[in-house]
Amino acid sequence: MPKFKKQSKTRWHIGVFLAPAIFIYTAVMIYPLFNTLRLALFTKVDQTRLYVGLENFQTLFGDPIWSDQFWNALGNNLWFFMIHMLVQNPIGIALAAILSHPTLRFSSFYRTAIFIPTMLSFVIVGFAWKLILSPIWGIAPGLLDFVGLKSLYAPWLGKEAYALTTLSLISVWQFVGIPMMLIYAALLSIPDEILEAAEVDGITGFSAFWKIKLPLILPSIGIISILTFVANFNAFDLIYAAQGALAGPNFSTDILGTFMYRTFFGFQLQLGDPHMGSAIASAMFAIILIGVCFYLFGVQSRMRRYQF
Amino acid sequence: MTTIYKNRLNTLAAHSGLILYTCIVLFPVFVVVINSFKTRKAIFRDPLALPNSESFSLIGYETVLKQGDFFLYFQNSMIVTVVSLFFILIFGAMAAFALAEYRFKGNFLTGLYLALGIMIPIRLGTVAILELMVQTGLVNTLWALILVYTAQGLPLAVFILSEFMKQVSQDLKDAGRVDGLSEYRIFYRLVLPLMRPAMATVAVFNMIPIWNDLWFPLILAPAEEVKTLTLGSQVFIGQFVTDWNAVLSALSLAILPALGLYVIFSRQLIRGITSGAVK
Repeated sequence: MPKFKKQSKTRWHIGVFLAPAIFIYTAVMIYPLFNTLRLALFTKVDQTRLYVGLENFQTLFGDPIWSDQFWNALGNNLWFFMIHMLVQNPIGIALAAILSHPTLRFSSFYRTAIFIPTMLSFVIVGFAWKLILSPIWGIAPGLLDFVGLKSLYAPWLGKEAYALTTLSLISVWQFVGIPMMLIYAALLSIPDEILEAAEVDGITGFSAFWKIKLPLILPSIGIISILTFVANFNAFDLIYAAQGALAGPNFSTDILGTFMYRTFFGFQLQLGDPHMGSAIASAMFAIILIGVCFYLFGVQSRMRRYQF
Repeated sequence: MTTIYKNRLNTLAAHSGLILYTCIVLFPVFVVVINSFKTRKAIFRDPLALPNSESFSLIGYETVLKQGDFFLYFQNSMIVTVVSLFFILIFGAMAAFALAEYRFKGNFLTGLYLALGIMIPIRLGTVAILELMVQTGLVNTLWALILVYTAQGLPLAVFILSEFMKQVSQDLKDAGRVDGLSEYRIFYRLVLPLMRPAMATVAVFNMIPIWNDLWFPLILAPAEEVKTLTLGSQVFIGQFVTDWNAVLSALSLAILPALGLYVIFSRQLIRGITSGAVK
């Protein structure tokens, strides 16, 4: 009953509880996000800010110097995302499926070990792999020689054709732990009765995985897909740590994050331009928003969730 | 007979697959750490050998400790991470309590507003964040980073904590109200202590991205005296790119704190993920 009495007077405490979080979140996150969208509509002429409407976007998509870079970065970013979806998530699901086997020994050791790279910073991961793949040090060619495949070796990070794929695979190596853990959790939450019922019907092993478990963990696969999407279209650190802001060789590893950084801060001969940077950020915002909306309305709402 | 045989084969296959993958995972870390203890010659002559009495050398670590200010970087990273986590947890728990406990106009909308930030990365607002920090004079201070990380961590923290707050028994809180405790005391004395496991989960989730972030230190706080460990090692390695001893030692020194944190918190982290805190 005391709750009803309080209803009548102003409940200041609600405001007090909410204020700090709302204030910091609004001031440092939401306001700058929208302000960035707004800044994309301006340009700087002689130290004064001038409203130019959509002109920055016209430059970004219309001027070949800019649009080539933008489409190159977007294309690379899509490839980066595809590799994560095709390599990282299947490996993560496979590892989780093996680990979730109830009689498997040492499973917590494996889980702990496989999650280690996720803890390391991009700087460590980028440089460590750069050293290992380097032709000067010779660990990668040496190992390939050991299995008799030395002819396959190339300085992967230095070749335009391979660099992006190599970096994507390094990123996969780093983040496999996340889908593995989420899928592992989903697999554990499947009740034994369902699996036992399937077993009675003669469905075990691989077919149990394909026919029973996989359909039940589809919502979790949806979640890891959208998490991968947002993380990939927002990636920057690994490319910057391994290849620098120029995303070499010859921009072949340039993704939207590095493109935005270069535009915003400038590099070598090009001066930094916060307004073009904002325009690119707005384009990235739109891409991520489309992806998230597609997931929320196109995928998630159609997925059947089973309550156990 | 056949099923037992088949089971053994399956177990063997499972273990060999897992061991193979674990090797792929640990190999780079292993190579970097063992080579950081070797002389330059030995690094190149036989990169996969363990350091022995002949090839053992700490020259790389000497260079790193002499040239780079790694203690300062470490301290900066520590301050930023701990203070951000403190704000995320305390402000996040307060907001989560308000949303979970009280029915008021705009409750749903406030929750939705805060949840927006879970999916939209804060990096997209970088241009305006830098402008804001310049205007408020916070550029090149640790406060700039702390504020950004707090804002970044709050949405998920509020979301997870309010799920947990809803499970706290209503009788407990009402008993507190009957005893004349103020709402603040109910939050601080009754609810917060029950939130410890959930808050540990939130802390571990936020700790890794904050500690490892390169983007915001690079943009908001690149000055020498406020460099974080991640940025510091990035700049250091960039400068010493040809000094392999120094690079490998710097990498090892950067790996160690992350591994240490992981060893301490891995149970919490794994329990947090697998208990379905993020769904």
